[in-house]
Amino acid sequence: MERSRRSFLKIAGISVLGVGAKPLSQALAAAQGSKTGPDPRALPGKRWAMVVDLKKPCPDNCRDCFEACHKTHNVPSMPNPKDEVKWIWNESFPHAFPGQEHDFLDEALKKHPVIVLCNHCDNPPCVRVCPTKATFKREDGIVMMDYHRCIGCRFCMAGCPFGARSLNWRDPRPFIKELNKEFPTRTRGVVEKCNFCEERLAKGQKPACVEACKEKVLFFGDLEDAGSEIRRLLKVRTAIRRKPQLGTMPQVYYLV
Amino acid sequence: MLEKALVGSRKYYGWVSILLLFMGVGFICYLLQLSEGLGITGMSRDVSWGLYIAQFTFLVGVAASAVMLVLPYYLHHYKTFGKITILGEFLAVSAVTMCLTFIIVDLGQPARAFNVLLYPTPNSILFWDMVVLNGYLFLNILVGWTVLSAEKKGLAPPSWVKPFIYISIPWAISIHTVTAFIYAGLPGRGFWLTAIMAPRFLSSAFASGPALLILFCLIIRRLTKFDPGREAIQTLAKIVTYAMLVSIFFVLMELFTAFYSKIPEHMHHFQYLFVGLHGHTTLVPWWWAFMIMAVVAAYLLVNPRTRSDERLLAVACAMVFISLWIEKGLGLVVTGFIPNPMDKVFEYSPTWPEVFITLGVWAMGFLILTVLYKIAISIKEEKGV
Ligand code: SF4
Ligand code: SF4
Repeated sequence: MERSRRSFLKIAGISVLGVGAKPLSQALAAAQGSKTGPDPRALPGKRWAMVVDLKKPCPDNCRDCFEACHKTHNVPSMPNPKDEVKWIWNESFPHAFPGQEHDFLDEALKKHPVIVLCNHCDNPPCVRVCPTKATFKREDGIVMMDYHRCIGCRFCMAGCPFGARSLNWRDPRPFIKELNKEFPTRTRGVVEKCNFCEERLAKGQKPACVEACKEKVLFFGDLEDAGSEIRRLLKVRTAIRRKPQLGTMPQVYYLV
Repeated sequence: MLEKALVGSRKYYGWVSILLLFMGVGFICYLLQLSEGLGITGMSRDVSWGLYIAQFTFLVGVAASAVMLVLPYYLHHYKTFGKITILGEFLAVSAVTMCLTFIIVDLGQPARAFNVLLYPTPNSILFWDMVVLNGYLFLNILVGWTVLSAEKKGLAPPSWVKPFIYISIPWAISIHTVTAFIYAGLPGRGFWLTAIMAPRFLSSAFASGPALLILFCLIIRRLTKFDPGREAIQTLAKIVTYAMLVSIFFVLMELFTAFYSKIPEHMHHFQYLFVGLHGHTTLVPWWWAFMIMAVVAAYLLVNPRTRSDERLLAVACAMVFISLWIEKGLGLVVTGFIPNPMDKVFEYSPTWPEVFITLGVWAMGFLILTVLYKIAISIKEEKGV
């Protein structure tokens, strides 16, 4: 009580100095949020996971999920491929699952683009090797990045066996096509990757890629909730994971 | 004692100015890197460590090799090394300093380097690497300087320094073991995922470091009145010989495991080195240069006649040094990323600014080495040993 009244006075004082009405109401909303704890709309989840259906057709050149993700998170499109930053992209089956393809693999599956992203591994080597805890795992399984802590040593990039991480080799800001003011941009020299849209989950929204996918190829949910859609899918369909032999326990499942 | 570094011949000043020039160019390039980011290097999303980390990895070996002098001298009282042990210790000081500098120039956010100490993370090997490298630097400065000061006064080294000398022996092993662990414990990088990574690192270290030292001894004998002694050089040559043979043997072991098991994740990297992969062959000439030089050097070293001929010995040592630089630096670090986790080949070649920064750090290391050697040798000349 005491704290919120003081912060109210502070904010009121600032507004008197002529900051304007809109930022004031926003700041007040933020102050209220901090008083009541997490957003009541936040999706409850104990172990987040994603399911990708490899049997559903992805229309040719459909990039809805990548574009939604990269736009939401201000992922820059670097002109030089060497400096590339990406959170979610396509690989062909033999590249997404090296060693898993064979000559008689179902043609449809062979041709199907495989959507890949950070697997939010249960046993993530990127977290294990990071010398500053800039990469860490949350209770709900999301593997997160602290952009302010990261020193850019890229040990995590060597550690991730899925190539899921990118470094900002250059200042990314000039290369962001359309700035989303709701999400921070990064500085050069720090690593970034998919964050399972934790900022959207906190507001009760599904990940941007899942929402953007019109073909219903992507599913998202709580693995610990026996009644969830993804649990039902994993029960009735066969799912494979990328490089399971490495023991990182990826939490992105591919239905075949 | 530092004043000894300030007086020297014209040649000495000329050499120092060349080094300062390289350092200057490297520094300017580093300023460029600071403002532009690591994008000015050839590194990419796929090959995310390049020339800098390769130098670091190689130089840790050079630093660790000081133990090859310290151990016989202090543990087995092998008196012949008495005159040159200090050269090994000072080589370690300059090599470790280069290692630490290469880590710093490789960081995307160097200003945050202290985060490693502010948020110590014992599960990260990089944390331990920082600890052992800094500890080793401290030990070698302490021991080298104390022993040399005592020598200047014509006294025996104080007894309190003995424990530090003994600690420095396992510590030297630790710096290279921990550095090997940076690579050896990563899932999905088949090229590095090998239990003999640390032994491999140590064997190549004990070849490349002493080889460099032999070259320095030969140069010093020419340029100064100080003579490291023929016997000391020959003993070092034997150390280089055995270490080089073990080093080659270890590489053959890796080849057997990869090619007999035929596991693609282990085989592809070696294929890339020997013949190229999917038409990408940048490192192939380098790798063959390593192999040819390594075999020729081993032949020259094993044969007692060529080994005792100091001119051929110098050739052999140069080949050992260069070939292991290729093997450890380029071959080991860069190839670990090729092919990438999606089994695709993206190659790496350093850019000019990257090369100049690298040369600048080497020049800095050589400057430190020159100054330390100048001091040590001036004192030895004075004492007439
Ligand atoms: S996919 Fe890579 S980056 Fe993502 S949690 Fe696993 S190891 Fe870490
Ligand atoms: S680059 Fe950043 S996140 Fe990755 S290991 Fe280093 S400090 Fe951690």
